Amino acid sequence: MSERQVVPALIRRALNELIRVPGAAIPGVLAPTIFMLGLTAVFGQVTHLPGFEGVDQYIAFVLPVGLLQGAGFTGAATGVNMARDIEQGWFDRLLLAPVSRPMLLAGIVGSAALRALIPTTTLVLVGIAFGVKFPSLAEIFIAASLVMILAASTACWGAIIALKFRTQQAAPLMQIGSFVAVLFTAAYAPMEMLKPWMHAIATVNPVNYILAGVRQGFIGEVTWSDTWPAYAAGLGLLAVLATFAVRGMRRTGQ
Amino acid sequence: MALARRALLVTLRRPQFLAPLLIFPTLLLAVNTGGLSQATALPGFPTIDGQPPAFFDFQIAAAMSQSLLLGGVGTGIAVALELEMGFFERLVAAPIPRVSIVFGRLLAAAVIACFQLSWFVLLGLVFGSGIHDGIPGLLIVCGIGALAGIGFAGIGVTLALRAGNASTVQGFFPLVFVILFLSSAFFPEALLSSPADVIAHYNPLSYVANGMRAPIIGYGGTRAVLEGFAAAFGLAVLFAATATHALHGRLRAG
Repeated sequence: MSERQVVPALIRRALNELIRVPGAAIPGVLAPTIFMLGLTAVFGQVTHLPGFEGVDQYIAFVLPVGLLQGAGFTGAATGVNMARDIEQGWFDRLLLAPVSRPMLLAGIVGSAALRALIPTTTLVLVGIAFGVKFPSLAEIFIAASLVMILAASTACWGAIIALKFRTQQAAPLMQIGSFVAVLFTAAYAPMEMLKPWMHAIATVNPVNYILAGVRQGFIGEVTWSDTWPAYAAGLGLLAVLATFAVRGMRRTGQ
Repeated sequence: MALARRALLVTLRRPQFLAPLLIFPTLLLAVNTGGLSQATALPGFPTIDGQPPAFFDFQIAAAMSQSLLLGGVGTGIAVALELEMGFFERLVAAPIPRVSIVFGRLLAAAVIACFQLSWFVLLGLVFGSGIHDGIPGLLIVCGIGALAGIGFAGIGVTLALRAGNASTVQGFFPLVFVILFLSSAFFPEALLSSPADVIAHYNPLSYVANGMRAPIIGYGGTRAVLEGFAAAFGLAVLFAATATHALHGRLRAG
């Protein structure tokens, strides 16, 4: 098997898990859906505040938050699965294969990116059922690709933690990383309405730019000024986390 | 008492069980406050002497309620783990009243609840306006919170004794957020979207949260406190009874 065949094989293995244990995908879908509908039910009236001009429905505003949470859960689940493989010794067998470490990581991370499309599809359909406007193909493509990039990034984060602690007990660390990254943004309200300390965090948080890129199509029109920073932030975050994950893999077994 | 002391010590020796009860509600408290502090300007938001309370102070009772609910799930998981590991069988074989197995757990949950509440009171003192009603207010918060903590722990113990495994109890985790979002813990009932406002009116957690909030922000008066005590007492009695019933059911089943 050539190196290039390894990536699809690892992705296929991860996706097979979904077919064999479909229940494993439920928490990653259920939690962001509950969060999105719950936030809408509780804070729906805040769209009447100055600052929410142009936002008719709060659900359209928080749907992208749910999409990024779904990506975060998927990435964390990939990290937990990797920790399980390390605990059970399967990962050591994988490392013995004549395949470079970056290729192994690409397979694991690629599966997370694809799996993130399950909560994405579910949440968009639920959102549409509750009145969110049907997005155009371009809007769907931008949102889905950014969600996949974030899922790959959080999978790298999960891999870093799994390789460091080598146990599934580190799962809360994987989850809390994406939880903080997604919510310490303009998740609940536009930037100008945030408290100064939250505004400062959101400004330096790359996920905030990804959120703006995903959100634009659901609450208005897609613009270049919201799109390029989202891709730049997402790919930058992925590059940094992937570098650390590959470093962790290279050190493993040495 | 010995079983309660043991349950308490086991919890304190495993910070990985205790930390999520404080970390997640604290993070959500920060996110809600940082993102939606201007929500107090909405018409219909409670006012005290014509001024709305700080949103942080309003949200403290929500964080307390969330923490107490998570504590209930944690207690359920702890009991389920004892069942899985066979410790429960040894307790049953011991010459002690069987109901003390349940009541020891519930007593420990009340003490842990006071610890959880103290953390959020401390946050209120550091980042908010403290407790409006002073020491008597603190005692009210602890009284309602401890009773509600017993009730939520009773739910966890009931689930654990019925299911017999930790993963099933863990599966109820998303329900915590459903119960929270369908209550007035996060936002005033009058400002919730329909049908969440109707459900919140009948959700005992609304009364528990409002009862703890009343002495913190000085709104709602004696009526909110009495309703809070009544709801928390009702939860404690009802779910202590269901937990005892579940214990008898498990003992009968052998």
